[in-house]
Amino acid sequence: MTALLDTPADPSVERRRAVQQAASSSLGRRKLASRLALGVCWLFLAIAIVPLVAIVVNVISKGLPAWSTDFFTHSTTPEGVPGGGAWNAIVGTIVITAIAVAVTVPLGLLCGLFLAESDGRVAAVLRFTADVMTGIPSITVGIFGYIAIVQHFKAYSGLAGAFAIGFIMLPVITRAGETAFRGVPRSLNEAALALGARRATISRRVVVPAALPGVLTGVLLAIARGMGETAPLLLTILGNQYLQWNPTKPMEALPIFIYNGSSQPYADQVQLAWGAALLLMVVVLALSIGSRLLAAWLRKERR
Amino acid sequence: MSLPDNGYRAILAVMAAVFGGLAVWFLIAVVVQSRSAFDTLGFSWIFQKVWDPSHGKFGLLPFILGTLETTAIAVVLAVPIGLGTALALAYLVPERARAALSTTVELLAAVPSVVYGLWGLVVLAPVFGSTVEPFLTSVLGWTGLFDGPNRGVGLLLAGVILFIMILPTMVAISRDVLVVVPSEQVEGAMALGATRWQVLRKVVVPGARTGLLGAFTLATGRALGETVAVALVIGNSPFIAHSLKSPAATIPSLIVNNFGESSGLQLSVLFAAGLVLLVIGILVNAAARWLVWSAAGSNAGAGAR
Amino acid sequence: MTDAGARTPSVEDALTVQTEEAMSPLPTGDVVMTLTDVAVAFAGRTAVRDVNMDVRAAEVTALIGPSGSGKTTLLRALNRMHDTVRTAKVTGSVRLGDLDVYAPSTDPTLLRSRVGMVFQRPNPFPTMSIYENAVSGLKFNGVRKKALLDEAAESALIAAALWESVKDRMKASASTLSGGEQQRLCIARALAVEPEVLLMDEPTSALDPIATKRIEELVVELKERVTIIIVTHNMQQAMRVSDRCAFLLMGDDKAGELIEYGPTATLFSEPTDPRTLDYVNGRFG
Repeated sequence: MTALLDTPADPSVERRRAVQQAASSSLGRRKLASRLALGVCWLFLAIAIVPLVAIVVNVISKGLPAWSTDFFTHSTTPEGVPGGGAWNAIVGTIVITAIAVAVTVPLGLLCGLFLAESDGRVAAVLRFTADVMTGIPSITVGIFGYIAIVQHFKAYSGLAGAFAIGFIMLPVITRAGETAFRGVPRSLNEAALALGARRATISRRVVVPAALPGVLTGVLLAIARGMGETAPLLLTILGNQYLQWNPTKPMEALPIFIYNGSSQPYADQVQLAWGAALLLMVVVLALSIGSRLLAAWLRKERR
Repeated sequence: MSLPDNGYRAILAVMAAVFGGLAVWFLIAVVVQSRSAFDTLGFSWIFQKVWDPSHGKFGLLPFILGTLETTAIAVVLAVPIGLGTALALAYLVPERARAALSTTVELLAAVPSVVYGLWGLVVLAPVFGSTVEPFLTSVLGWTGLFDGPNRGVGLLLAGVILFIMILPTMVAISRDVLVVVPSEQVEGAMALGATRWQVLRKVVVPGARTGLLGAFTLATGRALGETVAVALVIGNSPFIAHSLKSPAATIPSLIVNNFGESSGLQLSVLFAAGLVLLVIGILVNAAARWLVWSAAGSNAGAGAR
Repeated sequence: MTDAGARTPSVEDALTVQTEEAMSPLPTGDVVMTLTDVAVAFAGRTAVRDVNMDVRAAEVTALIGPSGSGKTTLLRALNRMHDTVRTAKVTGSVRLGDLDVYAPSTDPTLLRSRVGMVFQRPNPFPTMSIYENAVSGLKFNGVRKKALLDEAAESALIAAALWESVKDRMKASASTLSGGEQQRLCIARALAVEPEVLLMDEPTSALDPIATKRIEELVVELKERVTIIIVTHNMQQAMRVSDRCAFLLMGDDKAGELIEYGPTATLFSEPTDPRTLDYVNGRFG
């Protein structure tokens, strides 16, 4: 093969030769580097999945044996005494979560509506505050709950716990609500306005229903988050080995039950802790997965 | 009949005021209740090494260091592994499997932290004590970071548990920002003769730079504030750790372990420690935001045309 | 050069052939790329088929036709951009000189250093400066010597008529350039690698008329240095810039096919196929 040599060599051709030279001599190295790097990424993906699988497998295998009728109907018994259960913890979690939800969801959604409808400085400050609040360490929220309620009323109570959990849930619901409400197409709003409807009616009849999938997802996720919090409860509800439905008294809750049971030297107490962990994990995962499925289903139904 | 517009707006405004009021109340409560600690002890206790309440010594330094060290371990592991996982989910995994795998990783975030603690203490700690720590000591013992007996619980385990806990945050946010790098840029790099890794390294990751730093900030914040999982596996020793295998403590674990028996000055000190934790969190957040700002502003901005 | 029949060619051999072939410029009129029975299908559904054409060196070859006729799909098959699309299947033969583009031993990244591409919307890398953009292709291909990088960048930017405006701000972000300038930067970026063929996918459709005109002038200037294949939906543009035209049209089976291929002047004044005549007379498009 002959190469046409102009006099003097065309610089473009010279460069082409140099580039092709560099390209083909470095090709092996570049391809190897690429394969290695991508392989590492795959490895890291595997590393990311392993803990989840391990935790789920462990919690199920260790927790399931703890699930008995006693588990769901009896309260905690002192160590060594058989027949103990987590019923007091289950009741406590239900009551505290219910109170927190009952207060936080309406408040949070109304605040979300407020933020969605205004773009002024006040709203900007509030939005920033909500974002910062979601990042506050939960132990500090527990401190706040203690100061605000426990110290004030001189007693630990389920209400204090609900207050702390609510404080954690509030910014999550507010921001999720705002995002959902803002996602409603302006045209719906404007059409209703043009028909002479009042703002309250528009919100109630148009915006909220349209934003329902996003709102529901946000609420369910907030509940999942609230139920899993332990530190705030440790500082506010004290714990209670007896069944207690009255939120003004100290109560037990699943996260506390697990926390206390974890470091016990008695095998049956640890066993109960696993059972409670399984229950809590199932509920929280169900809420998380359920919220996504619900949102997807609702979106499809609307088409 | 529905509310008139004025009433409607008023109610919304009231709700917003309640929200704001709660936030303000929070700040005031924490600051006020910490006052007696600062009034009595000044500020130097924050940096002192000895924690011995029975002798009136309230040095917070071991706990500050413990907090920073566990967070550091978690972040050092989470950044590369999180980024690699996110890249895999965004660009390497076949389309059909993407949603399922992404969800699996994200579900890690839904596991309550106390369950992580239980699992860490009962399942992982023995493995660490019998296998992981001896192995690491034999391979890396020369660094001086692995002195001491193999207890299982300690700084290293706490850092690793934290890493597992912040990983889903890191992965989820990173993946979200990696995926939205415009495909035109990916194609542009490919058309020039770049290998797949060159495309990811030189175009995709830099293009997602701002978002990745945001993921880093959020993950770090979560690690700083984590309480129960760490408290269960860190060994709870009020001394500065001298090796990765030492037991240690963090500010949250300090508060949670001493809360029940504390009153008076000690209680106020715990509140003040919570305030210090908040300040640390704000400083770290601000540092990360400054990083983002200077990276985005200085050289060719991560902006569109 | 290997002995005839001595042993089966290895990957190194293929790479050597690719390198040697890239070195010399072919005289005008020589064939640079040969397409034989090329077809592209996605998940079984054919997008373009029956393409047979020879692309000549130092010429501008335009792919024209109404939308949906498979012009871009065909163009992207030439530098194996469909490799990343799992459902894509390219059949037939594409040859760059002696190189079989789709042979298993042909490395796509190396191919793309010889066949460059400019896209419809300017896509400079936003996190890189003007200089870094210009040399990015060279760096991807393993070129490290500063002298060569600087020389290639300057030459390419001059060829893209951008040098004068950017030479004093090479460190500035690429996003500070206007749309037309960004597209010229993309052209320079592709040129810096010194490809033999430059593929251009409707490079002016996102630009204003003045920027368009400058790029069209550029295309005509550049053809001496690099063979250009350009997709355009604008007939007047095809008439202005191209030496040869390939007219594609979607058939009844929704697949594009090559109807006619020939010198631009002839194709527009006395086309052989009646469908071509209809198209150039504006009866559809």
